[in-house]
Amino acid sequence: MKWKHKDLLDLDVLQAEEIEHILHTAGPMKEILQRPIKKLPTLRGKSVVLLFYESSTRTRTSFETAAKILGADTTNFSVTQSSVNKGESLLDTARTLQAMNVDLVIVRHASSGAADFLAQELRAGVINGGDGQHAHPTQALLDLFTLKEKLGGFQGKKIVIVGDVLHSRVARSNVLGLKKLGAEVVLVGPPTLLPAEMNYLGVKISYDLDAELPGADAVMALRLQLERQQNGLFPSIREYAKLYGLNLERIRKTGKQTVVMHPGPMNRGIEIASDLAESPLSVIDEQVTNGVAVRMALIYLLIGGASSDVA
Amino acid sequence: MESKTKNKIMDQDGIRRAISRISHEILEKNKGTNNLVLIGIRTRGVPLAERIQQRILEFENVQLPLGLLDITLYRDDLSTIDVQPVLHETRVPFSIEGKVVILIDDVLFTGRTVRAALDALIDLGRPQKIQLAVLIDRGHRELPIRADFVGKNVPTSSREIISVCLEETDGRDEVLLLEKI
Repeated sequence: MKWKHKDLLDLDVLQAEEIEHILHTAGPMKEILQRPIKKLPTLRGKSVVLLFYESSTRTRTSFETAAKILGADTTNFSVTQSSVNKGESLLDTARTLQAMNVDLVIVRHASSGAADFLAQELRAGVINGGDGQHAHPTQALLDLFTLKEKLGGFQGKKIVIVGDVLHSRVARSNVLGLKKLGAEVVLVGPPTLLPAEMNYLGVKISYDLDAELPGADAVMALRLQLERQQNGLFPSIREYAKLYGLNLERIRKTGKQTVVMHPGPMNRGIEIASDLAESPLSVIDEQVTNGVAVRMALIYLLIGGASSDVA
Repeated sequence: MESKTKNKIMDQDGIRRAISRISHEILEKNKGTNNLVLIGIRTRGVPLAERIQQRILEFENVQLPLGLLDITLYRDDLSTIDVQPVLHETRVPFSIEGKVVILIDDVLFTGRTVRAALDALIDLGRPQKIQLAVLIDRGHRELPIRADFVGKNVPTSSREIISVCLEETDGRDEVLLLEKI
């Protein structure tokens, strides 16, 4: 397959076979992570900039690890120590990076659309590492990879995504990917955290978790984004945990060996109980490992080929 | 790219005999099977490695460990070739530390694939020796690399193409000499 994208901003522009191609490429990358010497010469001399305007541990370190294993050089551009603090605009920061001839920029920003804006301004490739409440495509891709490994495929599989859908870019990108690959998707949450317009693409919306669990092949808990809550979206955290929190007893209602996922970081005891997070059903640690493999695949596809390929 | 067939270099029997001879030569040169492992370079080095493994099992009653190597991430032309090659899994489920590795491929041409394979192997450990077995050596080396075991030496011009077809990958066993038109 000829890879024709310069950037990865969200999954909406990718064809199903392009998503499958990324997942296929991530398989051999995962094998490399198990080697004693995790270092390749593939992207020697390429430079990757990590431009993170929002806090992040796993996404940033995952990208950095992925780029380094492939042999690229990485530069961290953390906002607290940069001239953004002196009032530099995103555009001027982008131009500065352009002038340094970087090959790939990975950006996380609180504003939806920040990655798209950079992609238009830069000759370098851009990967969206999360923009506002809009999209988090690499998290969705690693979830898809994990599901494919665990379930074998997507056709006819029932995936329940439960929690704070309103604030979740992870949920939005996952819905796009899962629907493209043919899965059945149910979004569950309290009405105030589950916008009715999310029922596009034939996604089912439900406010009752226990009613949706039977038959679920995988359940994905979303982080309750406590830092983004306005007042009055739900009465109390305790009530939220009672209605929408996952635990070992509740997951038995699926009647299956359900795959339990969480994008992290977890609020233990709120959206997911420790007994479930630590149980054999949970693939949360594996999601992190798969994240590195999927990001290696993406970085390789975006900047590993001929420069004429990405016009 | 258009091409026409000029010559059939090997048929099924020819390939079978060449693999038998290479298997004997591997055993002779290494004085048996001790410490040997086989590693096939994807794609067509893999069925060749499997066949050598089978022959050695028949001759010596020893099943040698067999690994699969994908050299895509070690290629030196990734930034120039037009279509990015599809990545496949490297599967070497044993340590190559201190082993005598028989590296197996279908055609030895410029030597660049073998160079990449050597780098890939050394990232997996430090073998005692690496020996190279190929079905066809067609010349035109661009690097100082030679094969230890050769099925057939075929002098070619740069306009010609060697096409190796194997039952496992292509549905039939034959080696053809093609010419670009």
